[in-house]
Parts: sequence; structure tokens; C-alpha cells
Amino acid sequence: MSAPSLIACRECDLLHRQAPLPPGGEARCTRCGARLYRWTRPDANDRTLALALTACILFIVANAFPILGLEVQGVSDSTTLLHAVQSLWNDGAYAVAALVFFTTVFVPAAELLGMVWVLLALRLDARGQATVPMLHFIESVKPWGMVEVFVLGVLVSLVKLTHVATVEPGVALFSFAALMALIAATAAEFDADAAWAQLEAGR
Amino acid sequence: MRPAPSASRTAARQGLLACEVCALVSRAPPPGCDARCPRCAAALHSRKPASLARTWAFLIAAMLLYVPANILPIMDTSSLFGTERNTILSGIAFLWTSGSWVLAALVFFASIVVPLAKMLALTLLATSVQMRTAWQPRTRTRLYRVIEFSGRWSMLDIYVVTMLVALVQINTLASIHAGPGAAAFGAVVVLTMFAAASFDPRLIWDTQGEQA
Repeated sequence: MSAPSLIACRECDLLHRQAPLPPGGEARCTRCGARLYRWTRPDANDRTLALALTACILFIVANAFPILGLEVQGVSDSTTLLHAVQSLWNDGAYAVAALVFFTTVFVPAAELLGMVWVLLALRLDARGQATVPMLHFIESVKPWGMVEVFVLGVLVSLVKLTHVATVEPGVALFSFAALMALIAATAAEFDADAAWAQLEAGR
Repeated sequence: MRPAPSASRTAARQGLLACEVCALVSRAPPPGCDARCPRCAAALHSRKPASLARTWAFLIAAMLLYVPANILPIMDTSSLFGTERNTILSGIAFLWTSGSWVLAALVFFASIVVPLAKMLALTLLATSVQMRTAWQPRTRTRLYRVIEFSGRWSMLDIYVVTMLVALVQINTLASIHAGPGAAAFGAVVVLTMFAAASFDPRLIWDTQGEQA
């Protein structure tokens, strides 16, 4: 038996009755102040889908082109993210290489593709058996996607290298910066509560 | 029916379970039955299982690895003039002395302040829950929110090492290799993230109304 109008605060377990929100509003727990739920646009699904698809394209660009180029005394070299992971691996730093691959390639890709899957399934009204596990999966890997930290890391290494060599920012650096903004926008627009409710209603 | 006093208006005390995945609130099944969310089929728990034990385990492991993470070099720079071993602190010192104060401060914050503050805060939270104190639950919940959000930024140095190793690899003048400190530091970040995820902030509030 379920009580759809009740919501329990995730951080202090206090029960609240769900009430409709004004546009732009959000509901906060009366006891601990955690966000309970927020208002989402009626067309949130379409907007999220558009953002997620754009992010997918940028993800490909960001991984296909070099992030940074380096020139020391006429010898130039550049690296893509995947090539950087490979260098770490060949260097014997297997754990670090795996961690970098997981947080900057695997999780962002899986999250974006999973989101496109779920949103398309909702939009086309074609919910397969995999949609619920997919939404579970997106929610559980989300904290491990760290594109924004990676972009900052690239900037720090850029400054470090300018002391010893000529550094050229590559196409992928700008793509990663844009990807970072798009992933943030997708996450802000995506309404998991509404997605769960829609999935339930369609069963 | 009289309105319940606010402290007993929690899902747990009303015999309800909130799904950790999809947030649906449902009635707890009779004891002995397997609790599953009727909407998304996730396993239901009133509180995260073995929350404190897991938090302590991840936290202590992170504290132990924090020592090699800071003592061992995170990268070795070898050039014609010999090999230089860089720890996290010496990397920050390099940025500082070369004039990049803003970046030095940023890396110091992400690599030194955030992991230390996170381990201290988690120790405080886990100890306070263990002692069943009712002290400042709102502040403690806010502290939890901050550490859950900020932990990821400690990965900064790992990405810096990644880029430097990739770019200064097969160069005639110098080459940079990842050191054992990098793996230890990465493990500290991952372990503290696991520790924060294992901690259940609802435990902070469970003592409310007990004393009153």
C-alpha cells in the first residue's frame, strides 16, 4: 500500500504532505531545511532530452580532439583524454588510470546515454523492462561523474606547464568546459521524481 | 485523532518506509518479509543498513591511506638534471613560488583542506550519533550536506597528474611518471566518498524527542 501524497525528508525522515508549488518554487523540510522537491516546467522532459542529446555530441567532440598541446624546442605533442588514460596505464599506474577513466569517461557517458534512454522511453511511451533499472543506474552513478573537477585540473596543469613550455589549449578543452555546463544544466532540469511517477503511471 | 507531536511525525515512527531510490513512501511490511519498493522494486530500509559501522570502516581506511598519500611522491619528474620527486605539498609550493598564488590556494584547498575537513567532520558526525547526543541537529545535517558535496573536488590533483604524465611522457628533455602517492590519494578520495555515502543523516535526528 502506498501513500502518494506523503513525502519523507531524505535527511531527517520527517513526513510532509505534498502540496503543489508555484512556478520556480521549491519545498523544503520544515525541520532540517533539506530540499524535498521542486517545481519543474511542464516541458521539463523535452528540455532535458534536448540538453542531454547536445551533451552527447559534445562528449564525442571532447574525446576525439586533443585537450592540450605542448611544444618544447620544436618538438610538439598533444593529448586526448583517452590517450592520457592510456599513458597512465602504460606507466603502471593502473588504479589511477582506472579511476580517471571511470570518473571522466565511463560515468558521464553512461549517465548521458541512460538519461536519453529514459527520456525517450517516456516520450515515445515505449517503456521497456530496462527503463526502471536504467533510472536506478543513472541515480547511483551520478556522484561519480566529475567532468567539472577534470576541467579545473586541466587548467591547473596548463598553468603548471606554461612555466616550462609553450602550451596550446585544444578544441577538447573548450568542449569539456561546455560539456561541464551542459551536464550541470541537464542535472538541474531533470526531474527524477516526475520520471518515477510517469513510469509508474504507464504500468 | 490528536495531531502527533512533531518528533514522532517521522516515517520510521509511523511504520512507513521511504524508498532511497525513488522516494516513494510505503507502509512497512510485517516483520520477516522482504521490504521492496512497490514502485521501483528497490530494497527498502528504514535507515541505511549498518550505517555507522560502514562509515567508520571507510573513514579509518581513508585516514590510514592519507599518510602515504601525503608522504609518497604523486609524480616523479626526470630530466637531464636528475629526478625530482613531487608530493602534493611540494606541488603546491611550486605553484606558490612561481607566482600562481590563486592556483596554489585553490589546489591547497582541494587537496589538503577538503580531505582533512571531510575526515574531521565525518568523525564528528559518526561520534555524535554514536553518543546519541541531541546537540544542534540542524547544524550537523548542514555539515553533512557540505561534505557530501565538496568531496569530489579533491580529485583535482589526480587529474593534474594525469595531464602532466600524458604530455611530458616521451619527451627528449624530461618525462613525468605517476608516483605511488597518486594511487593512495585517489583511494583517500574514493574512501571518503564511500564513507559519506554510508552515513545516514537521519540518525542525527533519531534522538530528537527521546529526551523531551
